[in-house]
Amino acid sequence: MNEEAITLTPQQLIRKRAAGEPVEAGAAPDIEQHIINVLLENSMGALIRVVNMFSARGFNLDSVTVGVTEDPTVSRLCIVTRGSVRVISQILRQLNRLVDTIEVDDLTGTDFVERELCIIKVRCRGEKRADVLQVNEIFRGRVVDVTPDILALEIVGPTKKVDAFVNLMKPHGIDEVARSGRVAMQRAPQPEDGGSD
Amino acid sequence: MSSASTAAALAEPQPRLRGRAAVQQHIGKRMSGAEIFLRALEAEDARVVFGHPGGAVIHVYDEMARVKPNFKHVLVRHEQGGTHAAEGYAKATGEVGTVLVTSGPGATNTVTGIADAFMDSVPIVVFTGQVPLPLIGNDAFQETDTLGVTRSITKHNYLVRAPEDIPRIVHEAYHLARTGRPGPVVVDLPKDVLMSEGVFGYDEAIRMRGYSVPHECDEMRLRRAVRMIEAAQRPLLYVGGGAINANACEALTELARHLNVPVTTSLHGLGAFPENDPLSLGMLGMHGTWWANQAVQHADLIIAVGARFDDRVTGMVDRWAPHAAIIHIEIDKSCISKNIYADLAFNADAKAVLEALRPLVRARKVKRWHNKIQGWRDECPLSYADDGELRPQFVLERLRAKSGGDAVVVTDVGQNQMWAAQYMKYTQPRSHITSGGLGTMGFSLPAALGAGLGLRAYGIDKTVISINGDGGFMMNAQELAVAAAHGVPLKVVIMNNNFLGMVRQWQELFHENRFSHTDLTDTNPDFVQLARASRCAAFRAERTDQVDGVIEKAWAVNDRPAVMEFRVVKEEMVFPMVPAGKSSDEMITSKHAPETFV
Ligand SMILES: Cc1ncc(C[n+]2csc(CCOP(=O)(O)OP(=O)(O)O)c2C)c(N)n1
Ligand SMILES: [Mg+2]
Repeated sequence: MNEEAITLTPQQLIRKRAAGEPVEAGAAPDIEQHIINVLLENSMGALIRVVNMFSARGFNLDSVTVGVTEDPTVSRLCIVTRGSVRVISQILRQLNRLVDTIEVDDLTGTDFVERELCIIKVRCRGEKRADVLQVNEIFRGRVVDVTPDILALEIVGPTKKVDAFVNLMKPHGIDEVARSGRVAMQRAPQPEDGGSD
Repeated sequence: MSSASTAAALAEPQPRLRGRAAVQQHIGKRMSGAEIFLRALEAEDARVVFGHPGGAVIHVYDEMARVKPNFKHVLVRHEQGGTHAAEGYAKATGEVGTVLVTSGPGATNTVTGIADAFMDSVPIVVFTGQVPLPLIGNDAFQETDTLGVTRSITKHNYLVRAPEDIPRIVHEAYHLARTGRPGPVVVDLPKDVLMSEGVFGYDEAIRMRGYSVPHECDEMRLRRAVRMIEAAQRPLLYVGGGAINANACEALTELARHLNVPVTTSLHGLGAFPENDPLSLGMLGMHGTWWANQAVQHADLIIAVGARFDDRVTGMVDRWAPHAAIIHIEIDKSCISKNIYADLAFNADAKAVLEALRPLVRARKVKRWHNKIQGWRDECPLSYADDGELRPQFVLERLRAKSGGDAVVVTDVGQNQMWAAQYMKYTQPRSHITSGGLGTMGFSLPAALGAGLGLRAYGIDKTVISINGDGGFMMNAQELAVAAAHGVPLKVVIMNNNFLGMVRQWQELFHENRFSHTDLTDTNPDFVQLARASRCAAFRAERTDQVDGVIEKAWAVNDRPAVMEFRVVKEEMVFPMVPAGKSSDEMITSKHAPETFV
């Protein structure tokens, strides 16, 4: 049955646009990555409930980081996920719906700082080693372990920077990579008069 | 309560206390965790507890015998039955249902009922025994990770770690189950916590910083709603079970009549608006009326109240209500714009919104719209063959005539459920109880038991009719004996078509008459004998002229359930029908049958 031939009513167009779906038949909706911060009751059960909700509802979960906040009864989750406008709004609502979530913030589109930590072991000896160290220098990485064959480097920065660094190391031969997943926080609003600059 | 003869005599309308006042004399006393638990139930005014004992909760049962708490314990014969009974109790009374079971198999047996309550927003609290805390994780005898198993089918769940925590957790559990969008809560009670001693304390205040009930109903929204309603030419109210949960039915009926707007309901919305009102279009969706679905497809404004645009309502979402702007009044934000985008949303209590709206908005003259709907009504009324064969629709009409719309009808799942939705004509909220979201066969009988006991506990004198298919009846038939033991005068209907009828219908329509494993002719028990063996009265009708006689006899029984088996024709199908995954435009009715359904 060919249903796509039917022209959309104005109301159907409104719905499609609101859901971030393309109006042309057959086209897929835009998928966006979002960073969501969640303040959560600091308990094992609460964390599992969040993660479980993602799997039970078939949402994407690119990374999660958790740590306790200044208040020991509250932990902060940083969730990286992907989806269409409709899916992201569902994710936010389902997160809010959990009894243990105290606050849910979608940072995407706001002014925020984001960091990821990565420890990477690169196989290199001799003059190659100088190349690696030079790149490391440019990326402001730190050497955390050295053996005759291997350099272990620690790099901190936005995920894009970490990605770039890992890519640059690939030709040298990566032995192991450990990445923390992202943590993020909204920047404090700047004072009206411009402040320091 | 030992024996009594009539429902009226069994009613216990004694004044009861709730909260701190109910447990004042125990506050500050040392007692076992098990007794603390029983006192905490008293504080919640749990009037009936549906339970089944076992090792992990044996101390609770022991304390129950010793301290005699002021609730009625009903020993169900399968924990699934217990959860459905609690659902029936909750749906009939509007209060929270309570279940108490042991660990392991006791807990896993409740899973279907919990999932059912989760899908249908039914407030129940299920207390499960658990192995002692130090043994958790050791694969101890009758250990199940109940929190893990129930996590995605509960509004929230708890593991209790100390006897002193019991009153707070129980209080939170009932609060969560009852408020906002209602739902099931599980509380896991380790045996050592129940055995050890603690001081009973009680605090009325609820401190949950992550939980609040939304109220997004401001001036701006109200003014926009008024503009949208006053501009609409073809407005329609689409009402779900949320309206009943919010006790918004009076406000709804008033607004609909004031605006002169037609009303259609989902399966769970049945009873929210009187079906004998000329504005009522009956149920919409897969087996809804032709005219309700036509109205949806032509409406230019749909005001959805406590409804979630389930796929059984919308069919193919992309093609649903293509001309309608949507105002969605819904307590659960995650239901807003989930399936159908809402042009305007009130994430708030339905009653509050409807009451706020009523004085602001003026009635519209929509005569042409009403005429159009009348046309669809005349074009394709609900009908069935009048050829002398015994058909389920006829039986339901006779039952409706006998009960006069005052009964509480609890249906099972399948064809019997859809016919009961179409033909019983509901005029009061909480008069129709069913398993909609999960579609759990075996729901009706235990839920009717719970409804009957709930109404009795609140001193409400109403007949409870349980409608079953021959297949579904067998799934919780054990609870018949429980209803008999407690003298609950249920009117139990078995629509015996000797088939898993709804599946048979799909097999006939979509699977070329291959009736694979749906014919029960040679395997069904003799239902009359089964009922009598369970200490119930039982009658059978095989012809139309026997129906009224059987109904009369059943209604004359008032000290135990009366089971009525109706041998109905097996080929009967539920129409109209929107095939699964199709759009509401593609309805099969006796008049509008597309050539192919694949
Ligand atoms: C527990 C459970 N198992 C299976 C199904 C699938 N199912 C839906 S309706 C139906 C047939 C029900 O037969 P019966 O109880 O005789 O009712 P009828 O449709 O004949 O009125 C089945 C098997 C279900 N809904 N629930
Ligand atoms: Mg059947």
